[in-house]
Amino acid sequence: MLRNKLAALTPAVGAILFVFAWWLLYASKLIDPVLLPSPQDSFKAIWDGFVGGALISDFLITVRRTLLAFVIAVIISVPFGIILGSSVRLYSSVEFLIDFFRSTPASALFPLFLVILGVGEETKIAVAAFGASLLILFNTAYGVMNARKTRQAAARVMGASRFRVMLDVTLLESLPQTFVGMRTGVSFALVIVIVAEMFIGSTDGLGQRVINAQMIFNMPEMYATIFAAGVLGYGLNLLFILIERKFVHWGGK
Amino acid sequence: MNAPVATDVASGRATPASAPHGTHITIRGLYKSFQGQPLYTNFDLDIPKAQITSVFGPNGCGKSTLINMVSGLLPFDAGQVLFDGKTLTDTKISYVFQNYREALFPWKRAIDNIKYPLQLAGQSKAECNRRAEELVASFEIKFDLHRYPYELSGGQQQLVSIMRALAPHPEVLFLDEPFSALDYEMTLFMRDKLQDIFQATRTTMILVSHDLEEAVYLADQVLLLTRRPTKIAEIVPFRSARPRHPETLTSDEFVRAKARCLDVFQREVRR
Ligand SMILES: Nc1ncnc2c1ncn2[C@@H]1O[C@H](COP(=O)(O)OP(=O)(O)O)[C@@H](O)[C@H]1O
Ligand SMILES: [Mg+2]
Repeated sequence: MLRNKLAALTPAVGAILFVFAWWLLYASKLIDPVLLPSPQDSFKAIWDGFVGGALISDFLITVRRTLLAFVIAVIISVPFGIILGSSVRLYSSVEFLIDFFRSTPASALFPLFLVILGVGEETKIAVAAFGASLLILFNTAYGVMNARKTRQAAARVMGASRFRVMLDVTLLESLPQTFVGMRTGVSFALVIVIVAEMFIGSTDGLGQRVINAQMIFNMPEMYATIFAAGVLGYGLNLLFILIERKFVHWGGK
Repeated sequence: MNAPVATDVASGRATPASAPHGTHITIRGLYKSFQGQPLYTNFDLDIPKAQITSVFGPNGCGKSTLINMVSGLLPFDAGQVLFDGKTLTDTKISYVFQNYREALFPWKRAIDNIKYPLQLAGQSKAECNRRAEELVASFEIKFDLHRYPYELSGGQQQLVSIMRALAPHPEVLFLDEPFSALDYEMTLFMRDKLQDIFQATRTTMILVSHDLEEAVYLADQVLLLTRRPTKIAEIVPFRSARPRHPETLTSDEFVRAKARCLDVFQREVRR
């Protein structure tokens, strides 16, 4: 019993050691305490920021932008991915294009989007949505293309029309891969949104908050914001894994 | 994939006069090649109604290709396949795959897998449920069909596959090495189950098997194929009364039929 309970705590060991090492480093005064505040000060900044502080509102703004970009990306690229994936010829005709833009750092597109959409909310969301949609697009297309042929054949021999085979079999068959695309897509959207908040005339969001903290040399604030961004990234990933497990319960079986 | 073109041309035509009485499926002038290599050239075959025809032959001789073409899974280059004079489109057929893991739908519970072909046929919920209950009763199913396929054993999964195939009362049932992924004990059980179903329904069955014992045990006739380009080596009848049971395997009749098949097979393999 006790053994089991202790085993459940093992994942925390790394985190505890990390904080302890941080504290040791701080206490040894090897690094300027301005650059490396104590864990206590940083936790206090996180606490103050989240409880009625401005950190929580910046956090929520970044969440909103990321999810908006993600939803736009899903709406556009899942249907297109399915269409592309269901025809090998169609996919190979655009494969180069997708691979090219996927390999192009999305951040290099900021100036282009700035020219088109201006310095506003739209640009940040558009660039993030663009990057995420390529990831979702090709993952969905691959999922459809690599769907097991036996199940489609089974449905066909039972008399399913092409449309029914697509709807009842191929779509579900490609779902695990689509989820991979969505998970990487949402992480990617977060990266782009944070970068956009740092550099394109933002007045809010976690990215802007990090940069501000850096400019006024408020290190606890900066660590707190970085930590919040980490929590967000980790949380989104975890959320998607949980959703995936619920929806694709057969995955890997 | 394209539907086999040749069957459409012949739609509405009656079974060729040359087919013997009691024929269900007539295959005439079938051609199929892969990458320019002919597999079937001008292939003719009559498959009798309400019988089990086992298909046996060397590895890669085209057993799967044959039943895939007849069942419409694979287009052929030329030829005609008719079921009681009807085209495939007008015929209700079912297919049991060797790889049940890749043939069942893991996102549906076992029971919903079984109902799926009925839903496709546009049956009401009540009709689907009634038919499913009927199948559960006749198969004497002891495990929980509300589980997902991946929660069942291999044998149970293949049983579900077979129930799904039988649900719409098919006129013809195709089975491609259905038991080859199961252990021996399960194989024995499934053979007898299949025989029970056959006796109860008299559905025309075409069973591909790489196990000669199984092929003969279940068959009314064993279709022996040659190496590529594939021809009929011989059709060996096995008329032992049903139900057959493990003792059948040691009966003179069985031993003779099996020996005959083995003779033909070895002659063909050595050629
Ligand atoms: N899609 C395909 N493309 C090329 N060759 C194929 C294809 N399917 C089957 N073949 C070839 O046709 C022959 C018969 O295959 P198959 O019907 O699967 O044999 P088996 O009798 O073992 O079931 C084999 O030589 C195989 O390599
Ligand atoms: Mg085969």
